[in-house]
Amino acid sequence: MATLLVLLLALPAVGLAVLYALPARQAARVGAAAGALVFLLSLAVLPLFDYGRAEQMQGRLDVPWVPAFDLRFHLGVDGISLPLLLLTTLLTALCLLYAVRTTAKDESGRTFTALILLLEIGMVGTFLAQDLLLFFVFFEIVLLPMYGLIHRWGSGEERRRAADKFILYTLLGSALMLLGFLLIHARTGTFDMVALAQRHGLGMTLGVQEAAFLLVGLGFAIKTPMWPLHTWLPDAHTCAPTVGSVLLAGVLLKMGTYGLIRIGAGMLPLGAHKFAFALGCFGTVGIVYGALACINQARRGGDLKRLIAYSSVGHMGFVLLGVATLTRVGLDGALFASVAHGLITGLLFFIAGGFKERLGTTDLYTLGRGLYERARRYGALIAFAAMASLGLPGLAGFWGELYTIIGAAKPAAGLTSPGFHVLMAVAGLGMILTATYLLLVVRRLCMGATVGPSGADRYEPLADLSNRELVSWTPLAGLTLIAGLWPALILALADPAVHRLLGGVRQP
Amino acid sequence: MNVSALLGVQSIDYVALLPVLLTAGGALAVLLADLFLARERRTWLVWGTLAVLVAALIAQIVLWSERSAAVRYTFCVPGVPGAAPPRSLLPCSYAVDDFTLTLQTLALAATVLVVLMAPRRFDVPFGEYHFLLLSSLTGALVLVAARDFVTVTVALETLSLPAFALVGFGRRAGGEAALKFFLMSIASTAVMLFGLSLVYGATGSLYFSQVYGGLLRAATLGGAPAQLAGVGAVLTLVGFGFKISAVPFHFWTPEVYAGAPVPVAAYLSVVSKAAGFAGLILAVALAFQPYAHSLGILLAVLAAATMTVGNVIALRQRYAVRLLAWSTVAQAGYVLVPLAVSKSSQVSASVAYLVLYAVMNLGAFAVVSAASGSGAGHLPSGGELAGYRGMYRRRPRSAVALAFFLLCLAGLPPGVMGLFAKVAVFKAAVTGDLMWLAVVMAVNVVIALYYYLRWAAVLFDVSMFGAAQLTAGAPAVVAAPVRARTALAANLAVGIAFALAVVLSFWPNPALDAVSHWR
Repeated sequence: MATLLVLLLALPAVGLAVLYALPARQAARVGAAAGALVFLLSLAVLPLFDYGRAEQMQGRLDVPWVPAFDLRFHLGVDGISLPLLLLTTLLTALCLLYAVRTTAKDESGRTFTALILLLEIGMVGTFLAQDLLLFFVFFEIVLLPMYGLIHRWGSGEERRRAADKFILYTLLGSALMLLGFLLIHARTGTFDMVALAQRHGLGMTLGVQEAAFLLVGLGFAIKTPMWPLHTWLPDAHTCAPTVGSVLLAGVLLKMGTYGLIRIGAGMLPLGAHKFAFALGCFGTVGIVYGALACINQARRGGDLKRLIAYSSVGHMGFVLLGVATLTRVGLDGALFASVAHGLITGLLFFIAGGFKERLGTTDLYTLGRGLYERARRYGALIAFAAMASLGLPGLAGFWGELYTIIGAAKPAAGLTSPGFHVLMAVAGLGMILTATYLLLVVRRLCMGATVGPSGADRYEPLADLSNRELVSWTPLAGLTLIAGLWPALILALADPAVHRLLGGVRQP
Repeated sequence: MNVSALLGVQSIDYVALLPVLLTAGGALAVLLADLFLARERRTWLVWGTLAVLVAALIAQIVLWSERSAAVRYTFCVPGVPGAAPPRSLLPCSYAVDDFTLTLQTLALAATVLVVLMAPRRFDVPFGEYHFLLLSSLTGALVLVAARDFVTVTVALETLSLPAFALVGFGRRAGGEAALKFFLMSIASTAVMLFGLSLVYGATGSLYFSQVYGGLLRAATLGGAPAQLAGVGAVLTLVGFGFKISAVPFHFWTPEVYAGAPVPVAAYLSVVSKAAGFAGLILAVALAFQPYAHSLGILLAVLAAATMTVGNVIALRQRYAVRLLAWSTVAQAGYVLVPLAVSKSSQVSASVAYLVLYAVMNLGAFAVVSAASGSGAGHLPSGGELAGYRGMYRRRPRSAVALAFFLLCLAGLPPGVMGLFAKVAVFKAAVTGDLMWLAVVMAVNVVIALYYYLRWAAVLFDVSMFGAAQLTAGAPAVVAAPVRARTALAANLAVGIAFALAVVLSFWPNPALDAVSHWR
């Protein structure tokens, strides 16, 4: 399996080489082929994965790279990273497939495809890396391609500023994160994530763990993003091209939560314990803040992409709250919510991109009403995605938030129980607000007559889902349904690994 | 014990000196050849200079191959006849160890790139130019091998004097820049000599090993000599501070770089700066070690100020060379960080940073030099940044190379080499318990990313005459675009730097391990 994991990184690189070997007009197809191949390859991990030992790091490859730093090329996959890995390869493949028709058949199309493949190397590497420094290198690799996508292929006058804001914010976070990693290494003498997870904070004093958690946590909190460090996100999402938004929301944000879970909670338990309540508070504020910002966007002049971006702040708030409980249930919920958010928000951004392509805008009020009538299947898909996003039982959005709430009801020993109960209540309120804005959106877009009473509001029929859109969007919708009906699919994988991760934290 | 030792005559190891001798001899040969060459054959001098440098590099390889045997010391004060202590304990003026070899190789290889990166129709007197370059290089080679302060001072002057003249070759503001450089440099040397005189007064020697012993004694005894020696050490460091353009001794840097021809600016920013750092490292790590703790605090403050001022002012630059000048100021701040660690020696991180920095900085300068040209259509200060707009269309390979070097300087993948350089420095700071300095540096890395990335993005901006420039608010003047045709040699320089940068991105170990066992 180790070979397979290396191939997952090597194949996009090969795709890059082929991209520049063939004429530029073939670029989009080469990209789609590479994306599909990587996805199929990642599916091949499934039968090879030993589900009985989901908590163990499997397919390990460990070779020294830079001895001066103690940097090793160390890969592996376990129950926590496997779902995220598959999410990454799936979303990238769908994005590359979706982009085949829209990608220009010239040099710029080639660069566009190259950036997505480079992005994939960084994203896949982040979830595979088992060496803190290697993790950091992959974490950094994603910055430039995403910057390029927003800066060059984004829309709106503000796109350059948005791209700058994105990269400067995230770089500040990752620079601090690096300091945290180096601090861990200075005290424990290793970057090996497997060994550090086993030690579970052993060898680091409370003060060191607190400092390291603060540094590392800041880096991940910016990436996730946690309120009030989220301000880069709405701008970046609004300006990014469709596939950029999908990957940004679907995968890049998960790199933050993944790091917080594996490195923050798993390797710095005392530090995590110290800051858990603060993390929960910020996450809960994020839930309410995101929902209120969305309700604001649902009024006249609001923008659909910006609305989805703010909804991400809210959903990520749930993930943070789940992590903050430091319980098995909470972390399970956080991981599940991460994957679910990747699927649902990916779908939502695809839908918003469809509007952009059809009508050239994502302004909620210019898009018009009565989509059920104008484009039946398109409207239904929006309603479906919105229901999933608001956490309707039976769809993927439900379980993550439920588990988080359950986790908050009984936080880990030593954490303030009443405090978390307050957070739980506020988060519940946030869920209601979330439902409010999503229903507002559905009402605004899908319902209503296409012709107003005076005949003034006349909306043209809209092209319904094309085959290309069906192919690249339905897998997300299907998985949303499957994950909602059969959550054990992910939880059975994640739970043993989470249990092991929390090894030192006593269960209540 | 041979006769020369009995007579108190120093024995000289000519093999150890070979790179220096070749370079110095080559300098004279180039000057003489210039007299006898027909005007149209002057370009041969370029290849002659390169041959000298390659010969010196081959001599280096010989020295590298036998370095594991023993460190070569030469110009040693002979010991008492008959006693014959090991060479390493004798006061010696010249040593060939890992540190020397690494930085000598760095200086020689960097000068090869500097010679190659000359633009088309480079309008300088070729004979003098290459003679001065090789002379200055001789100073740099001696400086990094020097193990006493007299040799350091002489080498530093040998390095600087030809550099003044080289700066004067600049077409526009060359004369003024040269004068400024000269005055600043003289002042710094004066300060340094005064400091050295105090150190000599307190310790009675100028050999590093004996200054170390003397300071140790002075520090334990305390009182006036200890204070005197402390002041002397600080003043000596101030002298080096000028050479490496550490804030607040950096004022000459942007003017001089902008006024000088671009290859000379590249030389100053890499070879001259590396030699200055070598002197500083030797002084701090070998001679002033007993005062490491208090000097460490001073260097930490210096590092923080240097990187912050350099980066903040670089944000406002509109010209390529000026931006690179301020960026080199900031980069010097990063190199200073490991030196500020007093607890355990982190010198290898500084040297590794210097080596990696040399590659990426020379690469960036090489592209700018080729793009800004020389002669009538020469763009001052490497051209305006706006002139680089859409360079990817006209010269895709140069644009990609420049973008890569800028990302390396910023430390952002795919410029992994630069990332490793930054990690080395961060690691030194965190290991040495200088967390505050590491956080200052982290913020600086973010500031720096902004201006490097802005320039890199301009290269790929296709909206050359796009809406932004046609709207009423924007000025109608479009900056002169950088050149499309460049010299073969300059492209070669870019290519070499690019290849090195890519290799070091995947395999940085040679740079990182170079002096890991030094001292």
